[in-house]
Amino acid sequence: MQKIDLQDTGLRDLNATLHAQADNTNQTAWEIENPKGAHAIACGLDAPIEVTVRGSTGYYCAGMNQQATVNIKGSAGPGVAENMMSGKVVIDGDASQYAGATGHGGLLVIKGNASSRCGISMKGINIVVHGNIGHMSAFMAQSGNLVVCGDAGDALGDSCYEARLFVRGEVKSLGADCEKKEMRPEHIALLKELLAEAECDAKPEEFTRYGSARNLYNFDVDNAAAY
Amino acid sequence: MKTIDDKGIPHTSPRQSATFSNDINSDIRRAAATGIYDIRGGGAKRKVPSFDDLLFLGASISRYPLEGYREKCDTNVTIGGLHAKNPIELDIPITIAGMSFGALSGPAKEALGRGASAAGTSTTTGDGGMTPEERGHSSKLVYQYLPSRYGMNPNDLRKADAIEIVVGQGAKPGGGGMLLGQKISDRVAEMRNLPKGIDQRSACRHPDWTGPDDLEIKILELREITGWKVPIYVKVAGARPYYDVTLAVKAGADAIVLDGMQGGTAATQDVFIEHVGQPTLAIVRPAVQALQDLGMHRKIQLILSGGIRSGADVAKAMALGADAVAIGTAALIALGDNDPRWEAEYNELGTTTGAYDDWHEGRDPAGITTQDPELMKRFDPIEGGRRLKNYLKVMTLEAQTIARACGKNHLHNLEPEDLVALTMEAAAMAKVPLAGTDWYPGKSGF
Repeated sequence: MQKIDLQDTGLRDLNATLHAQADNTNQTAWEIENPKGAHAIACGLDAPIEVTVRGSTGYYCAGMNQQATVNIKGSAGPGVAENMMSGKVVIDGDASQYAGATGHGGLLVIKGNASSRCGISMKGINIVVHGNIGHMSAFMAQSGNLVVCGDAGDALGDSCYEARLFVRGEVKSLGADCEKKEMRPEHIALLKELLAEAECDAKPEEFTRYGSARNLYNFDVDNAAAY
Repeated sequence: MKTIDDKGIPHTSPRQSATFSNDINSDIRRAAATGIYDIRGGGAKRKVPSFDDLLFLGASISRYPLEGYREKCDTNVTIGGLHAKNPIELDIPITIAGMSFGALSGPAKEALGRGASAAGTSTTTGDGGMTPEERGHSSKLVYQYLPSRYGMNPNDLRKADAIEIVVGQGAKPGGGGMLLGQKISDRVAEMRNLPKGIDQRSACRHPDWTGPDDLEIKILELREITGWKVPIYVKVAGARPYYDVTLAVKAGADAIVLDGMQGGTAATQDVFIEHVGQPTLAIVRPAVQALQDLGMHRKIQLILSGGIRSGADVAKAMALGADAVAIGTAALIALGDNDPRWEAEYNELGTTTGAYDDWHEGRDPAGITTQDPELMKRFDPIEGGRRLKNYLKVMTLEAQTIARACGKNHLHNLEPEDLVALTMEAAAMAKVPLAGTDWYPGKSGF
């Protein structure tokens, strides 16, 4: 286990050290102490390493992650795992706005709640939230899966494209062009897999699926009032 | 037409309304027939105060000129030296503005890279991401980081020579974008991670930051991911240039790209293009003033765009304090856009050479703003690149000609004192004297 204390080491040195790890590095386990809400911790990683952050992080922790596993033993600030391409990010606490924004791949697990705009413009990422999510989540979500074990706030899935949204609790309101969908066997199987990977014991059958009604896919003046 | 009635009394000549002109009336008829606003490409077509309203004084007894073709007049510019380990070194201060693969064909993007590289300058990606052809043919490539994040990935980010965070563009300050379904080919759809054939909306705000304090952190993240190697530009529309430039500097930008309302877009509402934003002439001095007030003029570079067409425009922009310019529409014309050779086909589309602006429809006869494989075949990227290189060289020679005539051995040495204005409006905007006077509106003492 390699340890880096952010009280003694600057952000640049921390990230440069993590970025220097090659695909075949033997130093696969890293621990970051005293993050104290610093921004851009462990962003831009691209190696199969496991980084554990002992505390809460500021903006963009694990931003654009590739291959790496990042565990946050606290809460995460805005834009955690934004534009993640692959790998896994697990937050023990809550996540602020824009969690997993524009993510292309990988798995983001939030064991607490996520704030507004969770999964905004997501492009293939899988996000599992053990708690609730805030308003405007999955806005313009393009693809991937957002799984919410608690409730969803206002305007879920507004203007979404092909992303699949699964909510176990209540949805305060659906956004423009987002509708309830049928849960088919393949969705149950998908949920089972995602929930297991996210260490969540919720039952797939308890979820409702939401997605795009595809009425706004091509501009039609008769739909103008929907925007 | 009868000009006199049966009793021999002359008719009053038919009088067209300035308010309800034939152009306006056709807009009304089109709106009434369709129920939808007009969408088009390009920048503002209305007449606005511009660099054409400025003149250089040249040299005389009080200032002496440099010898054309004999005495040196340098044109190089370094962009992003403040924070980046590897600033961009350009031979000429004319860059190619961001235009997307999707809006433009792959060969057109390749031609922009070829021409810019041959002329010693940079080109810029656009909404939709970086294509291998573009990276391969561009010696210096600026990667646009846009609200939609279509095609955005860290691998391409690290391949870029600079990153341009796009906050706005001059054609539509405060607006996002729309790539209509007919231009969404398999390749465009794959790069943007969306189904083929649907309209692709580009957001007007970034998904994971809001305001200047967040922007500062976003810049930090991008620097950390790219190892503080490449410059970070911030592109803003010419809305509130003094404050926007001030905030971009505060957020840590290495360079500011400032785009006036004549700057083009691939597609947006005509009402947006013509009625939102400010002319390029009006935005440069407040932006320069902001940099000067912060002690950052010439340390953080100002790249001005929006209707730059000639070496005279380049020289005027630089005299007013810009470090470089960017061209978009002019570069497309150099490639062959709106060329008279396609007049018959423009007529078929209900338009004419010079007026064709339905770039979003993907039926460009010149094969540039299209994804149609047959139309794309009409465009040769090698020839297009050669034409762009020639055009960039001519613009540079023109700017040097003017600079030498003003006694300057570098384009950066041009200054506002080299200029006069032909109109009161231009004098007020550029803060240079009205020709024949030593006064401009707003100058104290009057």
